Amino acid sequence: MTQDTPQSPLRAAHAPEVLPLGQDSLLVRFARAASFEATAACLAFQRAVETLALTGVRDVAPSLTSVSVQFDPSVLDRATLVAAITPVLSKAATDALLPAPTRRWHIPVAFGGDFGPQLSEFAEVSGLSEAQILKEAQETELRVLAIGFAPGQPYLGYLPEGWQVPRQRNLTPRVPAGAIATAVRQMVLFTNASTTGWRQIAETGFRPFVQDRAEPFLLRQGDALRLEQVSHDTYRDLKRNDAEGLGGAKCEVLT
Amino acid sequence: MSGLLHIKRAGPAVSVQDLGRPGYMGQGVATGGAADRLALFEAAALLEAPAVLPAIEMAGMGGSFTVDAPTRFALTGAPMRATLDGEPLGWNESHLLQPGEVLDLGGVSEGVYGYLSFAAGLDLTPWLGSVASQASLGIGKLLAAGDTLPLGTDSDTSLPPRRLPKADRFKGGALRMMPGPQTGLFDPATLERALATSFTRDAAANRQGVRLNHDGAPFPADDAASLASDFITQGDVQMTGDGVPYVLMADCQTMGGYPRLGTVLPDDLPMLAQAPLGAKLRLEMLDLAAADALWQSDKARLAALRSKAEVKIRDPRDIRDLLSYQLISGVTAGDDLDRDLDYQGAMDSRLSSGPLLS
Repeated sequence: MTQDTPQSPLRAAHAPEVLPLGQDSLLVRFARAASFEATAACLAFQRAVETLALTGVRDVAPSLTSVSVQFDPSVLDRATLVAAITPVLSKAATDALLPAPTRRWHIPVAFGGDFGPQLSEFAEVSGLSEAQILKEAQETELRVLAIGFAPGQPYLGYLPEGWQVPRQRNLTPRVPAGAIATAVRQMVLFTNASTTGWRQIAETGFRPFVQDRAEPFLLRQGDALRLEQVSHDTYRDLKRNDAEGLGGAKCEVLT
Repeated sequence: MSGLLHIKRAGPAVSVQDLGRPGYMGQGVATGGAADRLALFEAAALLEAPAVLPAIEMAGMGGSFTVDAPTRFALTGAPMRATLDGEPLGWNESHLLQPGEVLDLGGVSEGVYGYLSFAAGLDLTPWLGSVASQASLGIGKLLAAGDTLPLGTDSDTSLPPRRLPKADRFKGGALRMMPGPQTGLFDPATLERALATSFTRDAAANRQGVRLNHDGAPFPADDAASLASDFITQGDVQMTGDGVPYVLMADCQTMGGYPRLGTVLPDDLPMLAQAPLGAKLRLEMLDLAAADALWQSDKARLAALRSKAEVKIRDPRDIRDLLSYQLISGVTAGDDLDRDLDYQGAMDSRLSSGPLLS
């Protein structure tokens, strides 16, 4: 099961697995369930592979529990790549701790009602009261565990144990851009309208990705993030005249 | 830029596509690019281009186009009703478009995605290495009537038109998969059953994914509900919560938490993208070594097609307007007997060898 801080490095109980991901990528998976330790191992392994500077490696990207290594099969074959990365694998798996954040985002959000249509449903399936959900959502210092699903979109975690609720069996056909949805002790902040199995409990005007903005991608893996409740009226006001897609968010630089 | 492409009419899902923007998984950006990548290679072969050109992708319905500088163009992918100033045009062929002429592309007669490529190229500024639109992800947009796009220059509009054999990927078939990171989460009996199942293409199909229907029980995976979200790649066969497979396509999500049965090889995705509603589809599983051995570079793919793109030849008996060719030659060359004779000589030699260059 996942653990909150304080962290301990990922134990060798789950040896990292090297798996295929299409003809031109492999996936190194440090764990099947998400945890700070697995994410830390991913970041350490990504840095280690980038330091190797292997000819034919095109992209090294971390997720919550794994790292994808994309290669050009015309210059590097899978077996050679596996042999080259194996020496740095176990060290990343055992040594890594998630580095302290260098930035903290403060994100205004509207909970419930039209902006969190599944808040009461989430309360029901989790057994938490709505008040407790709002409290814990704001008190938890979330970390950007990974960027993925859609451009710039963050996976945020980890929320307390009570938030360990599986994804829905049936997909929600559409949540809007800015939807904040939860499952498995995490949240996702949707950059685009999407179909999802996560339950929407809140909404924000903050857009982590806008192609035409001077800085299209705002969040980086490891950033800290706090949700801050605003009234539905304040939320509507924040969304007006917001061409930049910031939704009233502030970025605090940590030293 | 040296010319403009004017879009007079556009179907509901017309966009610029190339081979996409690989290498940005860490930013959450799927590779994207043409739903039927093979159609872009076919166009490059027809236009004798050294590499794949950006193309106009049209799902289901085409559009109406004019240019203000001459350029050769190629029509590939799903065949559409195509006319140039009202005269029918062959599909999987290249042609010449002159200023003042209207190229009109209607609905598909087979398949889903038709492609219009210009030898002049689309002179657009790449973003993350690509001009491809990923409209559903907030990257670029769909094209609409009234839009204009900058064109480059066709280096040689006199190059002969070419044709490729009619494409054969518009009716479904077998999708070859390779194992993926989560294949092991499915018990062997479930996997066997999926491989023995006859699927049909569902109505839910777009640039992001294609849903497969079947009669019978769903395909569950162990521990699926609390699996960590993990990387996804194009071609992954994802089982959503209800155990129904979706094959993820060009503009798919980069991460997801539902387990995936395996990964359809890129060479089989054009057939899936072009499979019409209700088309029969099957899944096959290759082992890793066999799948890796089938990998092909873009260069090799283009070279193979180039050797098949023949100069288009027509039987003169099929040319309705043959008389007008001679009439025009008579008008333009009538002031110069020698040139007229030379022209006739050339015509005769072509005729004597049988088919005529068109």
